[in-house]
Amino acid sequence: MTLAEKILAAHSGKERVSPGDFLNVRCDLVLSNDITAPIAIREFERLGIPHVFDPSKIVMVPDHFCPNKDIQSATQASMMREFAGKQGLVYFEVGQMGIEHVILPEKGLALPGQVIVGADSHTCTYGALGAFATGMGSTDIAVAMATGEIWMKVPPTIKFIYNGRPAKWTGGKDLILYTIGDIGVDGALSSAMEFHGQAIDSLGMDGRFTMSNMAIEAGGKAGLFQVDATTRRYLKGRTRNKYSVYASDADAEYSRVIEYDASKIEPQVAFPHLPSNTRPISRVGNVPIDQAVIGSCTNGRLDDLRLAARVLKGRKVDPHVRCIILPGSQQIYLDALKEGLIEIFIRAGAAVSTPTCGPCLGGHMGILAAGERCVSTTNRNFVGRMGHPKSEVYLANPAVAAASAVVGRIAGPGEME
Amino acid sequence: MSHKGHAHKYGNNIDTDAIIAARYLNMHDPAELAAHCMEDIDPDFLQRVRPGDIIVAEANFGCGSSREHAPSAIKASGISCVIGKSFARIFFRNAINTGLPLLECAEAVDNIKQGDTIEVDLPTGTITNLSTGKMFKAKPYPGFMMEIIDSGGLIEHTRKKNAGTK
Repeated sequence: MTLAEKILAAHSGKERVSPGDFLNVRCDLVLSNDITAPIAIREFERLGIPHVFDPSKIVMVPDHFCPNKDIQSATQASMMREFAGKQGLVYFEVGQMGIEHVILPEKGLALPGQVIVGADSHTCTYGALGAFATGMGSTDIAVAMATGEIWMKVPPTIKFIYNGRPAKWTGGKDLILYTIGDIGVDGALSSAMEFHGQAIDSLGMDGRFTMSNMAIEAGGKAGLFQVDATTRRYLKGRTRNKYSVYASDADAEYSRVIEYDASKIEPQVAFPHLPSNTRPISRVGNVPIDQAVIGSCTNGRLDDLRLAARVLKGRKVDPHVRCIILPGSQQIYLDALKEGLIEIFIRAGAAVSTPTCGPCLGGHMGILAAGERCVSTTNRNFVGRMGHPKSEVYLANPAVAAASAVVGRIAGPGEME
Repeated sequence: MSHKGHAHKYGNNIDTDAIIAARYLNMHDPAELAAHCMEDIDPDFLQRVRPGDIIVAEANFGCGSSREHAPSAIKASGISCVIGKSFARIFFRNAINTGLPLLECAEAVDNIKQGDTIEVDLPTGTITNLSTGKMFKAKPYPGFMMEIIDSGGLIEHTRKKNAGTK
């Protein structure tokens, strides 16, 4: 069996499962946020079950439109706060909160071998830890909150092998954008993606989170890594709970095996309006920008900020560009502060924000006007994603976003060396 | 149960931001959401749509975010069902859970033009293009999902299951 199949079998009391099987799966963690929780709560209340199955396994995070951007988002956040308080759920208030997919691993809540479901499509992020994690809608999450179980169809697994060592400015973001560019936004539709190879072995945890995070942009149900020394190092000190480590069998059956030479993959830029519309940085041409966003559940972690700081140190953001940097959690903000990264950002002329999903989905903290262009380390560049339907988003890694902020057009950090 | 209405055609990879932009996710009432359905990619949609009408889309309809607001907005706008070549996974679950019927049928999509009058018989999955007289058969739902649909959605299905175990 593959890693995904083993975790699903263990959570449904089966010895063996195969792609296509329908299962009732036990959930270890059930997540929602300030825009999906209100509907989940409404549907939960329709079930007529007074209490959630286990309050310690249900997490609510006010991150999308929080700190509240307007009265309506404040009303939704307050509905979630009240429910979380009444039910005794795991809840992170503004001041402790970060972006959900950044803080769940950081706080040691997301662990290897778990089944994690969340009313947010980027729930697949936790696959980086060797968990089976997938996004669902609010009604599914309402049922999971009430019963601790949810139905799933066992997905086929596609194995991706990244051979060789990645080039200097190529990271997890570039490997996953390249992959999505190759297979398309439905290339892994309803499949589990499993990441292997030399380039993966040497990739840090933050780069792995970025790759798993964007599995959904290829239509993937989950994006999984095997647990190794890097994973164990990350988990050390974060949890006292026991966790189970599963690994794909040598004779596991994959629906496809796709191999890439990572040493030949340049930093990638996804042009509007699909994440699959990728070009290597050397073929971007002249694309002037109005804004650069560095952050999000995709690229708001410490390694991402370090990359941006390496580029921005001693340089100035182009006066025609708004550069907005959003650390993904309070801990990352604090670590970046101690390392001097925040000072580098502010001296370079970047705005540094409290953690929030904010601009990624056109919520707040950096909305685009008609005709404006933004290079962003986020995950989607759909029409109107960051604001006006006539604005444009270009997806890239944090070093490219930082270099672009300095040059005033989309540029690779290599241009500055 | 059958539905009859005009076809509204869309291309590949219609994402949930196109169906309902995230700037409206500070609301969750279906009627309020419906007032902005398809706004960014088809500003005339709300003027054209009549109760019973049908969305006909190419592959991967509903890709992107997990927002259940998307099928809710489509349903509340008056659309009776969506015919597509394929659907994104989370959107598919959300549509079943919120009672928006989806029909997977590539042949029908290729043979329906914008504005054609379409009739859909849900129990048999039969799609008839009344403008051309052509008939098509959608892929049937797996038995497990039919149970959820027959119960009237996931909440009702879970209520029924719970009542049974007590």
